[in-house]
Amino acid sequence: MKILVNIKRVVDYQVTVRPTADGKDVETAGVKMSINPFDENALEAAVRLKEAGVATEVLAVAIGAAANQDVLRHALAMGADRALLVETDAPVQTLQTAKVLKALVEREAPQLVMTGKQAIDDDAAETAQMLSALLDWPQATFASDIQIADGRATVVREIDGGQETISFALPAVISADLRLNEPRFIKLPALMMAKKKPLENIALADLGNTAAPSLTLQAVNEPPARKAGRVLNNVAELVAALRAEKVLP
Amino acid sequence: MSILVIAEIDSHGIKAATRSAIAAAGQFGEEVHLLLAGSDLAGIAAKAKSINGLSKILVADAAEYAHGVAENLTPLLVKLAPSYSTVVAAATSFGKNLLPRAAALLDAAMVSEVTKIVSARTFVRPIYAGNLNATVEAPAGLALITIRPTVFEAAAETGGDAAIENIAATGDAGKTTFVSRELAVSDRPELATAKVVISGGRSLGSKEAFHGTLEPLAAQLGAAIGATRAAVDSGMAPNDWQVGQTGTVIAPDLYIAFGVSGAAQHVGGIKDAKVIVAVNTDPDAPIFQVADYGLVADLFNVVPELTAALQH
Ligand SMILES: Cc1cc2nc3c(=O)[nH]c(=O)nc-3n(C[C@H](O)[C@H](O)[C@H](O)COP(=O)(O)OP(=O)(O)OC[C@H]3O[C@@H](n4cnc5c(N)ncnc54)[C@H](O)[C@@H]3O)c2cc1C
Repeated sequence: MKILVNIKRVVDYQVTVRPTADGKDVETAGVKMSINPFDENALEAAVRLKEAGVATEVLAVAIGAAANQDVLRHALAMGADRALLVETDAPVQTLQTAKVLKALVEREAPQLVMTGKQAIDDDAAETAQMLSALLDWPQATFASDIQIADGRATVVREIDGGQETISFALPAVISADLRLNEPRFIKLPALMMAKKKPLENIALADLGNTAAPSLTLQAVNEPPARKAGRVLNNVAELVAALRAEKVLP
Repeated sequence: MSILVIAEIDSHGIKAATRSAIAAAGQFGEEVHLLLAGSDLAGIAAKAKSINGLSKILVADAAEYAHGVAENLTPLLVKLAPSYSTVVAAATSFGKNLLPRAAALLDAAMVSEVTKIVSARTFVRPIYAGNLNATVEAPAGLALITIRPTVFEAAAETGGDAAIENIAATGDAGKTTFVSRELAVSDRPELATAKVVISGGRSLGSKEAFHGTLEPLAAQLGAAIGATRAAVDSGMAPNDWQVGQTGTVIAPDLYIAFGVSGAAQHVGGIKDAKVIVAVNTDPDAPIFQVADYGLVADLFNVVPELTAALQH
């Protein structure tokens, strides 16, 4: 069984992002970029399925500029067998991403597609659902446990206030919650080995028509700052302050 | 054209988050219809009739809709949506699971987790864990949106008189088998909607200390308990207590963070709280930048003192 894992290159989670000077976009120039953390969980799950003998091949894919090769090398170092970059300099929104992935699925015929439950830049949480819809496959979003046997998957999903278990026949699309696993730490030998693994480039245009309705970004703002806080000296002062705010009886 | 709101149903009936979606839909200035898809809906439909702001309720009562399985609900949405300008659901795990699936099949614009409706096609939504807000415009034509329920006050349960129309079900897609659902049972208020939330970080040290320290105060305050990801990851608190970008976004009247550093991913989930209190031994902890009131102190002293003070 082949697993295709979709990864996204995003601003590192420790960076505090700001709007560009004209307030029309997010400043990403000179900012540290990393693999989207949730995609790392998806990749870790795929690699573990391979180590467990359930999967035979893990293919990591990314869509975007040539710079995405760094996150793909990271994926190869984590244990992906090969990587594929769909290259474009234009921004790609979710529905178009799903269409690109569909084209790759038709080319690569994986039995399972995995991705993070959301990307920490747009926080949209849409890709897995859109892709499984286009493929007419089952979807398991926000997965925190995956068991695969005899061509069927049993997945525990994180839902509001608890969790649920669903089961379905493969092929399918699964999106990973952070709870799914702890991504491995990459050691130097793995990084060296990753340099030798195949990384293929495809031009976006070569995948056929992937046009999709897209949103226009009009403005990016910082949320209104909260009014300056007060440091108090003791619990009595805190109780008095909170009673004055009428948030305590 | 009218707006279609997708109802989310739990064991208590229509969720409050759906009433927030109805209120948000009301802002478009069009008629608002509610899609009620589930099984055994007679009682729920009768109650929904009086929700303020609805003109029609479409009832699709069938076994295949019982557990909110997206693969079964999507064909129904795909059938109904083209008669509407906008489809709205709350950005709960249910709404987030369902709407993008339908949007893809409809080849329609999808705007997730909207916090402000600027105009019929212009919306504000948080990005980067709520550190920034993006204003986005969807192209003309059908748009599907999920709204963040904590920022839209729920439509009242009374005052309306919607017409009820039964509609045909679309059948079982045969893709997914629902196995089970385990919901945490607690006599405390639900985290997402609680008026008071107290939360703990990694510094609580152990599961026993986490529960032993925070529960008496939560009981005293009638509060829900939240946790940081670090606390959840180290097994001190269950996953569904996690507050933040990845966890639950909350907007209580009072939020008290005990031993929480205030990472962006945590703070993203509490920005709409009315009053934020931080208790942390480190005066430079970032949490103090968003707190209205701060105590630079050891939580293991403050929590019992506060619990005792409130007994008077
Ligand atoms: C993609 C991604 C998503 C994430 N999503 C979330 C999320 O949704 N929610 C979330 O919370 N985190 C999230 N995180 C994790 C987040 O970045 C932080 O790591 C986490 O919030 C830190 O938790 P903490 O404050 O408990 O721990 P720490 O950062 O370790 O802070 C502990 C704090 O306790 C203080 N302290 C220690 N002892 C005491 C004492 N006795 N009394 C008082 N104070 C004390 C310390 O001064 C310190 O400030 C996410 C991370 C990533 C990468």
